[in-house]
Order: sequence, then C-alpha cells, then structure tokens
Amino acid sequence: MEYELVGRNLVIRLPEELDHHSCQTLRQDTEQCLENYDIARIVLDFSAVSFMDSTGIGVILGRYKRMRELGGDVALYGAGRRIRKLIRMSGIEKLARVCETEADALKR
Amino acid sequence: MREEQREKMTLTMESHSRNEAFARAVVAAFAARLDPTLEEMEDIRTAVSEAVTNAVVHGYRERAGEIRLEAEIEGRTLRLAVQDWGVGIPDVEKAMEPLYTTCPQGERSGMGFSFMEAFMDRLQVASAPGEGTRVEMEKRIAGAGYGEG
Repeated sequence: MEYELVGRNLVIRLPEELDHHSCQTLRQDTEQCLENYDIARIVLDFSAVSFMDSTGIGVILGRYKRMRELGGDVALYGAGRRIRKLIRMSGIEKLARVCETEADALKR
Repeated sequence: MREEQREKMTLTMESHSRNEAFARAVVAAFAARLDPTLEEMEDIRTAVSEAVTNAVVHGYRERAGEIRLEAEIEGRTLRLAVQDWGVGIPDVEKAMEPLYTTCPQGERSGMGFSFMEAFMDRLQVASAPGEGTRVEMEKRIAGAGYGEG
C-alpha cells in the first residue's frame, strides 16, 4: 500500500491482493493523511490489484463516507473486469467515479 | 463410463488475518484439479476469502482461535466448509442480508455472504451463539476444457 499526494488528491495505491489482511491499516493511514493535508479527493488506484473480496467494497464505501463528511469525493481507476463486476453487484458504482486512467481520476 | 473422482482435504489453521490469503491459495490449488475457468477460480477464491475473513473478524473478533477448512471434490462438484468455534451469529438471516454489518468502524461492506451466495451454487450457514459458525458451500465446475472432448 502506498500513499501519494498529487495536488489536493490523495492517491492510494492498493495492493495486489486486496483483502482484510492487506487493508488493516488503511483507515488509520488515510485518516492521518486527511488530518495533515488539505485533501479534496481520494483516488483509489486498482491497477496492481489482481484479487479482491468484499473488503474492497468496504474500502470504497469507507472512503466515500469520510470524503462526503469533508465535502470531497472519491474516484478510482485501473479496475479490471472482475473488480468492476464486484462494484456493480454491490450497487456502489455511483459512490466513486470510475475512470480509465490516473489522469482522468485526477481531473476536476 | 469414467470413474467418479472423489477426494478430500482438511486444513486447520490459526485465526490470523494472514491466513485469508493462505486459505485462498490452498483451495485454489485443490480446485485446480477440476481445471476450472479463470472466472470459476475467481468465484471460488472470493467465496473462501469471505468465509475465512468472517471467521477471523466476526467469529473470533481478531482474537486467537482455530479455523477448519474442508474441501471435497466429487465428480465436477467442489464442496467447501469453513468452521470456527467463535462467538457465533445470533441471527443468521439478518447477517446474510446484503450490506448488513456489525462492524462499528464501517470498514466492512456487509457484502460477504452476498458474494458467497452469488459465486457459489449453494450456501448454507449453521451458527449458534457461543458455539461457532459453519459455512458450507458448493459449486459445480464446468471447467476450462468443457465441451472440447
């Protein structure tokens, strides 16, 4: 998991296996970034993710709720067919803007 | 007539989050004998991950405990069982509702059982408070070579 600040965007590079184990510190780490920087958008980078379970849905949902409180939003990119299917099945496709590229996800 | 293939495996592991990936890998290696399609394999890996994560997060509330994973192949059918001896689920029906979660921090989506149900052909959950939970799943595997011979 890597966190990168691009302007007012916090880009979270998600791990290859996105599960409960690999995401244990995500909430805390994100919170720390939100406290220390003026962040308007969280961008979730799925391009390295080869496996994801419902933890990934929780990651999107959790970031959406937090950014809504702050008046910001969430975008994601790099999600393959399987991940998009899980997002669709969970009915959360409207909570985060689904983009093809990082540049699109960073666009205002 | 081809002889019906039947084999079993059992794995006992500690309730530790790193075993979520381990359980997926073990079941994937076992299920590979059925030569599943990529999608079938993803379905199986997701379902196992959900059941084992439930045991770690909810069954044992991230404390020590034992999880037993059973897998069986009979013909083209894969059967899985994930058993814990943790706190149990007071209301199984409610727990299986989409988006229902008991997680206070909102990090869990409540989609675990929905995914297990969607990706497997059969899902059965037996649970009693203070005794633990047993999740049984079944999936018929068409396989990557289906229809070729």
